[in-house]
Amino acid sequence: MTKGPILAAFLFLATAALIVSGTVWPVPSAAAYAGGVSFSSSPSSPEAAANNLGVQIRARAWDKAYESLANKAQFSEQEFIHDLTGNYPSLRTDATLDKFEVFPLRADRNEAEVRMKLYWSTVVGISASTRDVRMVKDGDRWEAEWPIEKEPSVPPQVIPVNYLRWDVIYRGPGDDWGAQDVEAPHVRIIDMHPVERADGVVILGELLNEDVVPAYVSVTATLLSKSQSPIATEGSFDKISHLLLPKQVTPFFILFPDASLAEVGSVRMTPFSTLVAASADPVIEVDGEKLNPAPNASLTGQLINQSGRVVNVAHVLGTFYDKSGQVVWVADQYVDRALLPQSPVPFNIHIPEDLAKTVSSQRTVVASYSVGGTA
Amino acid sequence: MKRWSSLLCAVLFFASWHGVDAQESTGEFPKSIEAGHGFSVRLGGSGPATLYILGTGQVLKREVQLGDTTYFAPGSLYNAGHYLAVVVGASTNTTNEFDIEPSSSPAELSFLARPSRLPVGLHDGITGAVYLFDRYQNLVTAQTAVQFALTGPSGSVQTHQAMARDGAASIAMDSSAQQGADKFMAQADGVSSLRVIRQVPGEPCGLKMSASPSGGKLHLVTEPVRDCNGNAVPDGTIVTFTESFHDGESTVDVPLKRGVAEVQIPSHPGATISVASGVVLGNQIRWER
Repeated sequence: MTKGPILAAFLFLATAALIVSGTVWPVPSAAAYAGGVSFSSSPSSPEAAANNLGVQIRARAWDKAYESLANKAQFSEQEFIHDLTGNYPSLRTDATLDKFEVFPLRADRNEAEVRMKLYWSTVVGISASTRDVRMVKDGDRWEAEWPIEKEPSVPPQVIPVNYLRWDVIYRGPGDDWGAQDVEAPHVRIIDMHPVERADGVVILGELLNEDVVPAYVSVTATLLSKSQSPIATEGSFDKISHLLLPKQVTPFFILFPDASLAEVGSVRMTPFSTLVAASADPVIEVDGEKLNPAPNASLTGQLINQSGRVVNVAHVLGTFYDKSGQVVWVADQYVDRALLPQSPVPFNIHIPEDLAKTVSSQRTVVASYSVGGTA
Repeated sequence: MKRWSSLLCAVLFFASWHGVDAQESTGEFPKSIEAGHGFSVRLGGSGPATLYILGTGQVLKREVQLGDTTYFAPGSLYNAGHYLAVVVGASTNTTNEFDIEPSSSPAELSFLARPSRLPVGLHDGITGAVYLFDRYQNLVTAQTAVQFALTGPSGSVQTHQAMARDGAASIAMDSSAQQGADKFMAQADGVSSLRVIRQVPGEPCGLKMSASPSGGKLHLVTEPVRDCNGNAVPDGTIVTFTESFHDGESTVDVPLKRGVAEVQIPSHPGATISVASGVVLGNQIRWER
């Protein structure tokens, strides 16, 4: 009975000691997350300086990160922040730096170059960006020369747009039960191909809006066993362009984790479509698309917003075909920068190495979203 | 609610208790009455009694004098179906059965026309189903001729007649070759119902583009896009331009505006440019400049 107060006092003292210890001698990474704390590791090497910069960016300690740069005279702190978070609302605006990696590229006594790979945590997942940073030695300290990428400024101008938009009026609650409602858009799966991968079965395909009105679409697939009993049902989620204008085609990708094609007798596909208010703009050009072979097989190119309105989020979907025109893979990438009118923004879609050899052609579509309305 | 339940239980109790009497029904009720029509019955016997009438969704209770004629005003019984009349008096308990029949002529049509939007030139693409109802919403079961008429935007009319059986008639009709809003009318016994069917252009036909230099770029423009019946494909339809050059490709999805799709893309000498809309391919151009 008498041990209780002693234990309580011990716990109280231990907690107090840990709090004091953590405050006086904080762990550097914890201090970085907390913000406003100097770093214990002196940037006595290019990697250490790059690490410090990464930690400051992760803590969104913009002023400290900016102050640590060797070339800060070339741009303002605001331009540095905009380089990292964007001038216009985009996926990057509210993203945090999840982690970063530093790879030394070259080094000599007073100068070095490192590659910083920044993994941004966005609302749609991790978005990686790479910067090659020149490091210079100033006395006994290394400092980064940040390779600023200034967002292009669009000259003031008026861009005439023939604004085309669809709105939908559905039947009202007072209408006779036999009265017509607006017809759902007619969509058709024009290609479907199941593929076995290491992480399960993947259903790849393409969906066409064959109607004259825009459609909000999604696709659901059900794997059926050889006895026609359902094994699993999955949807395309965001691996599809949900808004299809008339005669537009989107790829879709449905993953069944841990499923095996040997157990599958057939696949039941259920396309869904409903009318949606939509705009025909913006038009986004996919320029300079290039299939890059393995290693690091990818589809690269750049997006050019041909409209006058800023596109805040662009989702690029690539459909990859073999020589016979069969869909062999579907992959996507969210572009975390806003698309300014007429300003190219690069994209890079990874292609699995084992499939890269079979890819003969590709088709790219872009789904876009603008703040303040459906794009 | 409780009162009606009690009433119903009492009637059913009497009906079952005096089952033998029910067999001895005097048959004064008409065997069938048209829904909503007034009628009268003369109940045999003498003295006061209570008349209960139970039917589909309706229960009536009336104090009557046996031996006199009892009148039921129009609209008293209006739900079509089989009814049971029970007379409970001091000296008699009898039951009668009769039917309330729907009116023979419809007062209202429920017209289901599907789809509300379809491509031109589709055989049996439009279906119409009509349900005939009298003024009390009873399904009119008598055979009734229903005329269907589909009037195109140019004034051309397709007409068909179908006989309604058990209150329903249906038809399938072809969509016309011309786009626009068709009026689809069903008519029976002077009662009509109108629906609008929007006929829209089919797939683009003979998709063709031309290319011209524009500054340092290439200006691509289609000819006015039409379907195989000559209908203009609506604005907003996506046309895909693809430019393939030696080490890459450029694509752009452009919506039709004012009947044509146009875009400016980078110019690459030796590039092959193709155009497509949905699954329809257009012409190809090889750009040498």
